Amino acid sequence: MAETKEKSLSDEKPKPRVRPIVRLGIFLISHSFHVSVVCCTAGVLALFLLPVLAKNTYISENALMPGSASPMLSNQHVSDGNRLVKDLTNPNSKSSETGIESHKIIAQYMLDLGAEVSFHKFHPQMNQFHPLHFFSSPDSGKIQENYSCSSYGINTVGIIRAPRGDGKEAIVLVTPYNALKSGFGEALSLGIAYSVFSLLTQVTWLAKDIIWLVADSQYGEYAAVAAWLREYQTPKFSSLSTPNAEMCPDVNNLFELKGHSISGSKFSNSFRRAGTMAAALVLKVRDQNEQFEDTISIYAEASNGQMPNLDLINVVNYLAVHRQGLRVNVEKLWSLLNSSWLKSLGEIFESLAKVAKSLYPKWKFGIPATEYVEGTATLASSLYYQALGVPTGPHGAFRDYQVDAITLEISPKFSLDKVWRNDILLRGGRLIEGVIRSVNNLLEKFHQSFFLYLLTSPSKFVSVGVYMIAFALLIAPLPMVAASLYVDANSSSNCSKGDSSTPSAITDTDEHSFAIRSWRWLNSAKLVFIVHLWGAIVSLLPYFISRIPDCSPTTSFMIWVLLSILSLLTLNSVLASPLACAKATQEKEWALVKSVTISSVFIGLGLMSVINFATAEIGALLMVPMCLLAQPLKLDVRAGTLRSFCRMISNLVLGHIAFPPAAFFLLKGMLDGFGNANVGDFWMWVESLWAWNSATYLFIGMVQLPCWVLCISILFHTR
Amino acid sequence: MALLRRPLLLLLLIVTHQFLQFRIAFGSVNEEGQKQEEFYEELLLKPLPDRKLLTHFHFQSSAPPSTSNGRHHHLFPKAISQLVLKFQVKEMELSFTQGRWNYESWGGFDPIPSSNAKPPGVELWAVFDAPQHLIDALWKNLTHTLSGLFCASINFLESSTAYSAPDWSFPPASGKLRYGTLPREAVCTENLTPWLKLLPCRDKAGISMLLDRPSIYRGFYHSQRLHLTSTGSGSEGMDPGIILEQTLTVVLQPDSQRASLAHASEKHIQPSWSLSSIFGKQISGRCVLAETSNVYFLLDRGLVAELEHIHKENEKSEENVLISEKFWNNPSFELSAKPDRIFIEESSLLSKNASVLYKFEIEKYGESEPFDLGLFWKTPVVWLCQQAPLHANRFLMGSGNERGAIAISLKSTQSSEGFMGSNSNDERCELRVDVFQVVPWYVKVYFHSLQVFVDQQPKAVSDIIEKIHVSPSKDKVSPGVMELVLTLPCSLSSAVLTIEFDKGFLHIDEYPPDANQGFDIPSAIVSFPNFHARMVFLENDSLNKSPLLSKFQEKSPVMSYTEVLLVPLTTPDFSMPYNVITITCTVFALYFGSLLNALRRRVAEEERFLKDKAAKKMDRIPLLLSKLSAKLRGRHLEGPQAPPASSSFINSKSVLKVILIAGLAVYWQYYFS
Repeated sequence: MAETKEKSLSDEKPKPRVRPIVRLGIFLISHSFHVSVVCCTAGVLALFLLPVLAKNTYISENALMPGSASPMLSNQHVSDGNRLVKDLTNPNSKSSETGIESHKIIAQYMLDLGAEVSFHKFHPQMNQFHPLHFFSSPDSGKIQENYSCSSYGINTVGIIRAPRGDGKEAIVLVTPYNALKSGFGEALSLGIAYSVFSLLTQVTWLAKDIIWLVADSQYGEYAAVAAWLREYQTPKFSSLSTPNAEMCPDVNNLFELKGHSISGSKFSNSFRRAGTMAAALVLKVRDQNEQFEDTISIYAEASNGQMPNLDLINVVNYLAVHRQGLRVNVEKLWSLLNSSWLKSLGEIFESLAKVAKSLYPKWKFGIPATEYVEGTATLASSLYYQALGVPTGPHGAFRDYQVDAITLEISPKFSLDKVWRNDILLRGGRLIEGVIRSVNNLLEKFHQSFFLYLLTSPSKFVSVGVYMIAFALLIAPLPMVAASLYVDANSSSNCSKGDSSTPSAITDTDEHSFAIRSWRWLNSAKLVFIVHLWGAIVSLLPYFISRIPDCSPTTSFMIWVLLSILSLLTLNSVLASPLACAKATQEKEWALVKSVTISSVFIGLGLMSVINFATAEIGALLMVPMCLLAQPLKLDVRAGTLRSFCRMISNLVLGHIAFPPAAFFLLKGMLDGFGNANVGDFWMWVESLWAWNSATYLFIGMVQLPCWVLCISILFHTR
Repeated sequence: MALLRRPLLLLLLIVTHQFLQFRIAFGSVNEEGQKQEEFYEELLLKPLPDRKLLTHFHFQSSAPPSTSNGRHHHLFPKAISQLVLKFQVKEMELSFTQGRWNYESWGGFDPIPSSNAKPPGVELWAVFDAPQHLIDALWKNLTHTLSGLFCASINFLESSTAYSAPDWSFPPASGKLRYGTLPREAVCTENLTPWLKLLPCRDKAGISMLLDRPSIYRGFYHSQRLHLTSTGSGSEGMDPGIILEQTLTVVLQPDSQRASLAHASEKHIQPSWSLSSIFGKQISGRCVLAETSNVYFLLDRGLVAELEHIHKENEKSEENVLISEKFWNNPSFELSAKPDRIFIEESSLLSKNASVLYKFEIEKYGESEPFDLGLFWKTPVVWLCQQAPLHANRFLMGSGNERGAIAISLKSTQSSEGFMGSNSNDERCELRVDVFQVVPWYVKVYFHSLQVFVDQQPKAVSDIIEKIHVSPSKDKVSPGVMELVLTLPCSLSSAVLTIEFDKGFLHIDEYPPDANQGFDIPSAIVSFPNFHARMVFLENDSLNKSPLLSKFQEKSPVMSYTEVLLVPLTTPDFSMPYNVITITCTVFALYFGSLLNALRRRVAEEERFLKDKAAKKMDRIPLLLSKLSAKLRGRHLEGPQAPPASSSFINSKSVLKVILIAGLAVYWQYYFS
């Protein structure tokens, strides 16, 4: 009997076997809620697991051979460096108000070593908002109207030609120096660079030319280096009636230097070049003293989250730790170090690892809780600075020309005696010498090691293959949820209509209406498109606002907000009133809007992850929950269950957090305290973003803000 | 007997033949003075302004045109004469260079830099005396021969992408010239040894004894050159006469230990040196096979002027101390040996000053009394070497892997004003500059984008460029060649030529082993045909004997080479083929799998089959299981319930069971460890 029943069942449904992959897709879409919950939690968890999964760095390029040669920098060179420091800190040298004297001293010192010396005069370029200059390669200096003799900087450049090299490649050493108000640290950094330079004029192993750039940092370190690089890489040959720096009286004083004996042909006022740049090191010495030991901080993030090759950091780290006994530091978010929840999370991971190890001794993935906290703090700052897209130092200018560069900042344990100064000169000099020697060994350009990585400590990194997992898990539910919402919206309206209509009337009219219904999403797509268009307009607005003279940041910000709202309203009324027209036809309109929003967010995040991963990751953390949870408040209120109440609360909270200015203030408050938050700060921040051509700005304007607006509109959906 | 006699006869024949030949060879030496094989060895020393010393070895062997058995030579290297004969070489020059000639401080106008300053790596050019269609084949064979002869990878010049045929900009211009460079070739002793083997005394005697490898290769510039000219044979059957000129130019830094110890005031004194201090060896006698064997010491114009100036300041005595009796011990410097002769350059129109040349003959010295020239500076002297009218520089512009631009900048040197001085009164004073640039094919130059800036003003190309010859590159076939004749106003201070290019893509197996280093653009040659680097010395009678000095008198245009450029090209990730293979294989597998599936499967039949199967019975094992469970539970067989449970995607019960078992295992393990 049972068999007959079975037979009848199978008779009814001769189930045509669906492909497993399609079946899997359907399954995922139908269980999209569970899948999204699992994926999102896994994504966040994976992000927190990254410090545990970090690998130790290793030197990938064999040719580098760091530390294989014993350092040649001797006390003789150190005393040379000391001499320069003394001369520079000598009060007589600062008599001239433009600081030309100290440039002359430096140039003279370089000449005495037999290096080729030239001065490079530049006008600082104001950073301006160029709407179309994102991602474009840096162009040669734009013609500026108001050059004046009062504002120019002088970079002093010394070049050592490798005695037997063919001059195809060069290594750049940069020391920012402000002649007007230089601290002792800057003079010391010049001293270190000079001692290395004086060594390098004598060595025979040099294969690449050495350029020492003393960047005039009175208009900012970055501006000076960028100006020099611009002249180096994309010079302009025609000077069309713009007043030249040569016409200014002060500048001509510089060239009186050349009377000196051996200088002869070595000095010229024309721009001097060496070959293709292999790597660049920016050396700074901090004025503030470190309490415990001499540390060296590495700054590597360039614009739009680009990083130099990991090998460069590895070499510096290896030499500093194992040869010179310096402590190496990478930027950390200090506020995270003391957070107890991180500590407890670290402890959980540690105990889990212990259990795992006891189960199977080969599972060794645990790290101590303190290390975990430190790793997380470093990782967070690494993510933050990459996401910001603003270079953390003058090395950023090099990355724009595909040159690997890092900034080394030495913060010495301060004391005033001479022994200490010699010591720091010797150790710093030997470190720089070692790094230059390693890069000098390099036959090919840096390519072996990683370019996409996050640091969790100077000697630990997370490579792209690992950190992508967290992001992929976060955004994986988006297409599924979008699909399920779309299917739901279609089928539910289908059902309701199908119930009302009599089965006999299934004719071409129904086919027609079905066709219309299946194209209904276009309506929502239009709304989403309009909002994105608005986002584009909003991100263009600051260009015009910044043209308004005498505007305080706060008023600018207010103008921006007002104009944005105004433009949203105008767009809404002019192009369509999608919310208004929606009411006539569909009741589940919001689901379709949500579905399209989610797909657009998915696309936006996917694109952004290619351009700047860190921005996409942080954006995904904010936007994915908001997108997934968004549901009209009215429905939740109507439902009145605990679950819908929770959802409502979280919706409201997320709706506040994900608003870009709110997120900014929250972050700022977390980092510096809420006391001095000011509305104008956001404007300043945004200004800095576009000044550095950061793609994050575009992301906020064109992905996050529209997404937030759409989610809010879903929340306040009336039906 | 006959058998015995025959070898004897043969032996006799051989002996007499050799004897005869010997006679002939000697006869040629004795009887016809102009037709003998000759060898000269000379060394020129010249202090350079930046505390360095230029040493220029010059060896010349010559074989006269001979009628009969050109295969046998008395002094001349056989390898070279065979090479000339076989490949019908009319003129050829091969240079191996390490380091860069510093045009700014070592000068660019004298005969030495203009013919001996070479681009880094290997440069080879040859003019053939053969019909046009044979030349490429001859060139290829020549490169292979030279490659074997000099232990270098000159054979890479064989490929047609590596050499070019300049029409007229390269000085020995003719249609039968081929020119190629290998900028990346490393130069070492293995290239020097075969070069030395061509000398009759090798480095065992004579001036070449000085060639101590470590000290040579410690230098700042090292260029080893081989130049041969064959004087065309007049009649049939005559082998051509060949002149082989071997030069080695080394710039050395004399040990400046004294200078480093001295105080700052003394720091600017030029370092003193002697042959033994810079080479670690002395010359103990000449090469007996050499006609002449001389060492010259040259003070160039700037230095002479400076020295005379110093003298005039010090004492208003004789006008010219340098050529007076006490020249070797004058207030500025002291020579350790007494020169045999002093030559003064014939003052040209260009400058009032004349360079001074001291000649030392080695013949007088021997094992017991080796020749060791030393120079001791007493007062600091600063001077400048004579510069070429324009200083040429070349650099890359732009960034990124897509495109870029090459810029050649010409800057007027201060000294050029002197040259112009005589002409500047003329209305149209023009400076002619020839530029010859070879660009590899993967740097795709757009010749229309040529721009000229004179004194920072953009100029129309047609105003400046008098003549231009361009042969665009063909992908993987031939390099691009650009030959330009510029006429620039004499008063210019700087001129810049820029030309844009796109970076090409190479096939994966065309990348060299160290592809990530970048690719070289060979040096451009900038020559000034209106200026001739020559030094004419007075007292001409004895000059015939010295090939070096007669070389100085030749009218050759001033030439300079620009830097080699390094263009970073896009390089593939060389582990990528593996990834690509993996991915393509996966895609193919998926594609073929589904295609086969679609082709093989018949849907209707399958449905029928399914029906049949369902009709027959349900899956055996679940049925058995359900039967079993039913039996266990007490014969309540509930058929329909079982299949839905098993068909659900995740069987919650089985999952639970798995979790339970895993948990038990974990607990067990944890508890017992």
